[in-house]
Amino acid sequence: MDAIRTEGLRKVHPGTPDGRAAVHGLDLTVAQGEFFGLLGANGAGKSTTIGMLTTLVTPTAGRAWVAGREVGADPVGVKSRIGVVSQAGTLDRALTVADNLAFRGRYFGLSAAAARRRAAEVLEQFGLADKARARVHQLSGGQARRVMIGRALMHLPDVLFLDEPTAGVDPRAREDLWRIIRGLYGAGQTVVLTTHHLDEAEALCHRLAVIDHGRLLACDTPEAIKAASGARTVLTVRYDADASPLRDALRRIPGGPHETTVEGPAVRVRTTRPDGLLGHLLRAGADAGLTVRDATTTPPSLQTAFLTLTGRDYTP
Amino acid sequence: MTLTETRPTTPRAPSSRRAAWHAYVALTARDLHVLRRNLPALLLQVGLQPLLFTFAFAYVMPSIGSGLGGETSFSTILLPGLIASTLTLQSIMSVTGPLAAELGPGREITDRALAPLSLRALGLQKITSSALFGLVSSLVVVPVVRLVHAPGSAPETHVGNWPLLVLTLVLSALLAATLGLLLGTAIDASAFGALLGLLLAAGTMLGCVYYPWTALDSIGWVQIATLANPLVYMSEGLRAALTPSTGHMPAWAYLTALTVGTAALGHLALRRFARRVQG
Repeated sequence: MDAIRTEGLRKVHPGTPDGRAAVHGLDLTVAQGEFFGLLGANGAGKSTTIGMLTTLVTPTAGRAWVAGREVGADPVGVKSRIGVVSQAGTLDRALTVADNLAFRGRYFGLSAAAARRRAAEVLEQFGLADKARARVHQLSGGQARRVMIGRALMHLPDVLFLDEPTAGVDPRAREDLWRIIRGLYGAGQTVVLTTHHLDEAEALCHRLAVIDHGRLLACDTPEAIKAASGARTVLTVRYDADASPLRDALRRIPGGPHETTVEGPAVRVRTTRPDGLLGHLLRAGADAGLTVRDATTTPPSLQTAFLTLTGRDYTP
Repeated sequence: MTLTETRPTTPRAPSSRRAAWHAYVALTARDLHVLRRNLPALLLQVGLQPLLFTFAFAYVMPSIGSGLGGETSFSTILLPGLIASTLTLQSIMSVTGPLAAELGPGREITDRALAPLSLRALGLQKITSSALFGLVSSLVVVPVVRLVHAPGSAPETHVGNWPLLVLTLVLSALLAATLGLLLGTAIDASAFGALLGLLLAAGTMLGCVYYPWTALDSIGWVQIATLANPLVYMSEGLRAALTPSTGHMPAWAYLTALTVGTAALGHLALRRFARRVQG
């Protein structure tokens, strides 16, 4: 059984001026035990997709199955089998940290005593035992996020959804959260994570769906996505004046094929053989009376893959 | 860190209906837990207004010879009225208060909306919990009115029919909490404070809290106009059950109004709530 399957999942938010869909007919499959990532810039449609899979957003069209239940037909069945960490801080401010976990367990059918025991276990696991009696507002951003992940695991869900789990936390807390999330995956937990950080997607996810403007651009392992998009190094050189006089010289650079574009003073070369390229570009510029102001080399990465898939730089 | 060692305690997902029932009970347990912790502060806050009111109108005014209420002591008229108005105020506020934050920018409602029950059941749970809050709060009024009055003008209470009293209280609390859910989901949170204050003031003044409905005979148009106010049926129902010596509306009339009102407004409120929660 797949953990998640969607067929033509589509969402047009009511009141969108031109009827533009936030998610265009998404077809996805996530296997059990997989660590699956939804990668895209803010506003790409990731949260809307998660919303539809977790019953919180009604799809305009299409169907989805999560943990063996159809979302539209049995939302309660789906909810009882998933754990969700939403982007906003949704901890219960009227309760202590331990009670946040314990009551969540009780919502999902644990007895009061079992819920208390499990809450203590989870707090211990996540290094939060000393925060059990703390109120939510006394937690740091990273601690609050850990509590939210712990709370989502209280009922041992079949699928864990993490919507931008490291948004707004400091780098050290981010490392901590990564370690925790990897640990869960290692223990067999199916995880679906959304992120707009390319490095996070690459570091954590086993398989990725790259989403842009509500459309699925690619869906594969990070390595396969990079390979399919040419896996080329991108060298960008910025001169002190318009670089179009260099067009002819660029075509003659040896070691090709290189794909070269000129935009004002900037020259961008996509290549599988970057060695010695910068020297050629320096010389070509000097021959035309241009000085190099700035040069950057981006090794094959999701960044370059995104560039190839969309034709523009990735801006989270 | 592993999950495997805790796997055996997994509660295997039960049928959706049973899961929903468990969630309903647990959400209510959570609300009661918060209520219990805040109870002293809540009682003080709830009791202060009736206390000041009875002090001025049931103690000071009669003592200086400016009594209200004619032949019946004003305390007798006030007891059901103040219970009804406190019940309404607290039932409404305990829905609308949390709801403003839950539906606000942080969408704290997501937390509860992910509990394994339908969104309508979640809305219903909010109604029953808030009705429970309202009932607890309204009980504070009883000792206040019984103790604070001018010498010799204690309220004349006589409960002839306990089940009727309980039924009236419960229906009143449900109606008020339902109204709270409807208001909380229909009105924009930023405009809410001012508007709610206005609505509650108007509702109380025109809600037969301070005078019995039957006494409005002499101004017929007011008597008819007040029938649009749900608080009238609560005050009158409690008047019939608690202080039957005062004239009151017939039981069939207020019971019908309370039941039909709760069902009709409940239908609207739950639909509206589900729409606000689900994008």
